[in-house]
Amino acid sequence: MSILVLAEHDNASIKPATLNAVAAARKIGGPVEVLVAGHACTGAAEAAAKVVGVAKVLIADAPEYAHALPENLAPLLVDLARSRSHVLAAATTNGKNVMPRVAALLDVAQISEIVEVTSPDTFIRPIYAGNALATVQSKDPIKIITVRMTGFDPAPATGGSAPIEKVAGKGDVGLSQFKGQELSKNERPELTSARIVISGGRGMQSGDNFKLLESVADKLGAAVGASRAAVDAGFVPNDYQVGQTGKIVAPDLYLAVGISGAIQHLAGMKDSKVIVAINKDEEAPIFQVADYGLVADLFKAMPELDAELAKGRRP
Amino acid sequence: MKVLVAVKRVVDFNVKVRVKADKTGVETANVKMSMNPFDEIGVEEAIRLKEAGKASEVIAVSIGIAQAQETIRTALAMGADRGIHVLTDGELQPLAVAKLLKAVVEKEQPKLVILGKQAIDDDCNQTGQMLAALLGWPQGTFVSKIAPDGDSMTVTREVDGGLETVQLRLPAIVTTDLRLNEPRYASLPNIMKAKKKPIEQLTPAALGVDVAPRLATLKVEEPPKRKSGVKVGSVAELVEKLRTEAKVIP
Ligand SMILES: Cc1cc2nc3c(=O)[nH]c(=O)nc-3n(C[C@H](O)[C@H](O)[C@H](O)COP(=O)(O)OP(=O)(O)OC[C@H]3O[C@@H](n4cnc5c(N)ncnc54)[C@H](O)[C@@H]3O)c2cc1C
Ligand SMILES: Nc1ncnc2c1ncn2[C@@H]1O[C@H](COP(=O)(O)O)[C@@H](O)[C@H]1O
Repeated sequence: MSILVLAEHDNASIKPATLNAVAAARKIGGPVEVLVAGHACTGAAEAAAKVVGVAKVLIADAPEYAHALPENLAPLLVDLARSRSHVLAAATTNGKNVMPRVAALLDVAQISEIVEVTSPDTFIRPIYAGNALATVQSKDPIKIITVRMTGFDPAPATGGSAPIEKVAGKGDVGLSQFKGQELSKNERPELTSARIVISGGRGMQSGDNFKLLESVADKLGAAVGASRAAVDAGFVPNDYQVGQTGKIVAPDLYLAVGISGAIQHLAGMKDSKVIVAINKDEEAPIFQVADYGLVADLFKAMPELDAELAKGRRP
Repeated sequence: MKVLVAVKRVVDFNVKVRVKADKTGVETANVKMSMNPFDEIGVEEAIRLKEAGKASEVIAVSIGIAQAQETIRTALAMGADRGIHVLTDGELQPLAVAKLLKAVVEKEQPKLVILGKQAIDDDCNQTGQMLAALLGWPQGTFVSKIAPDGDSMTVTREVDGGLETVQLRLPAIVTTDLRLNEPRYASLPNIMKAKKKPIEQLTPAALGVDVAPRLATLKVEEPPKRKSGVKVGSVAELVEKLRTEAKVIP
């Protein structure tokens, strides 16, 4: 039986998160199919067909899937799931929204945010803000899974050439209606797939001061993130939040600036390859996970860092 | 409009849990327990709806061992009107919780059920969506604003790219995100008053729900520890190390 992966996409192209979910599906084994459900989403389906390891792309192109409303999307996924062994989605806000709905309609459990595949029915997932790792085995006939992106290296985005097959839409169930969105404008790389992330905390004192981070981010091609305290204080939008209940990131380099290092923040970044902390309090818990710690006032250190990077690589 | 709020008793968010030596789970004996923080936000929102004249009654529901009653008392002290405790003692997974909540919803007929987006112990982020599925209701997940309006409700959701607004037909399920509100502390007089508010006790058997777990936990382990790092003396030293030792910047 095949494994279905729900694509994360914007109709025109697929999001990097899809590649991590495909990678997880390939670890389970068996032919991998990708479902692109959207409206005017041929571009995304064509992109999905190029992903290495994808055997087939299913495209459900209909107005009822334009905004990924879970009430409309779940019946489609339920139908497709019945003849498949596993259905996977990246643990994005979309994946988290629709997949439990699918699981309940199928009367099966959902296995949330897996970071490892042990066997086709056994998976590892973090619990308690990542302070413990549980190995869980599913006894259900169909496995409904969300995939933590940082647990799986992305499948190559190009090199494949899977056939694209149409599936019919199932109509609008009329329970909910999309009204609008306010997406934060951002020219920088996506937080969850960036190679370098610079996050600011309450120590930044204002949204305006995030310019200190942005200038460094632009020199390094980095994404900008934040702690909950910085988001709650209104310094930056909600989608910047890194942590247990925000975004989970694991870049090559994570710079935490004016962040104390609460358990809930660490949960979102402690699997980064290299962690740097800049904090004026040498007792701050963030230093316990930092590879390089600098005890300093950020308002002095950040302009210095910016200047140092501007100098470029030394001969 | 009757509002039902689900409240879970969890290990307090300030506790750094320890994995048990026999790898069967985490240590919960003698550990501080509290209401799941997202559920406090749910209770607060329900009470605000009542204070604004938009909700008629707020019912707090908790499922679990006898001590789950303490969590219900906390909700009552914050301002909920009455409680329902479904007494269970084995392991409970989100699908079972959703089925029990569905049975309670069918009994109580609320127009709105508020849950937390995520319990901070299992970190599942499933129950609200599952309950919506079982009831055939719309769901507004990860919500930072709600505005009921007659037969429908407009909610603002925190999504990966920013914010999204959807309109839900009532009855509906909402799951709370951190920015929905700041929960109040219960005052002493309200804590006293809460002691007299009624809590009804039910059981899965009485509700006709099978709560057998679907996932078997084979083991629970500690995550790999990071090796301890170094302090650097200056920004110049930091940049030097990032370039030549860690090789993460050009
Ligand atoms: C249910 C729940 C979920 C949560 N989810 C998340 C989550 O997903 N992500 C998250 O981040 N948090 C989360 N939190 C919040 C978390 O517990 C902490 O409150 C939060 O991470 C603190 O943010 P902070 O480190 O920016 O602020 P603080 O803890 O206030 O730390 C600020 C730091 O800045 C330093 N500082 C101040 N001024 C300067 C200066 N001039 N130069 C250098 N350093 C300076 C201080 O020394 C201090 O260490 C959650 C909490 C709960 C209850
Ligand atoms: N045992 C329980 N009793 C009451 N509510 C619960 C229980 N388990 C889960 N919930 C609700 O479901 C939400 C999400 O939990 P979860 O899906 O486990 O992350 C919680 O914030 C609660 O509102």
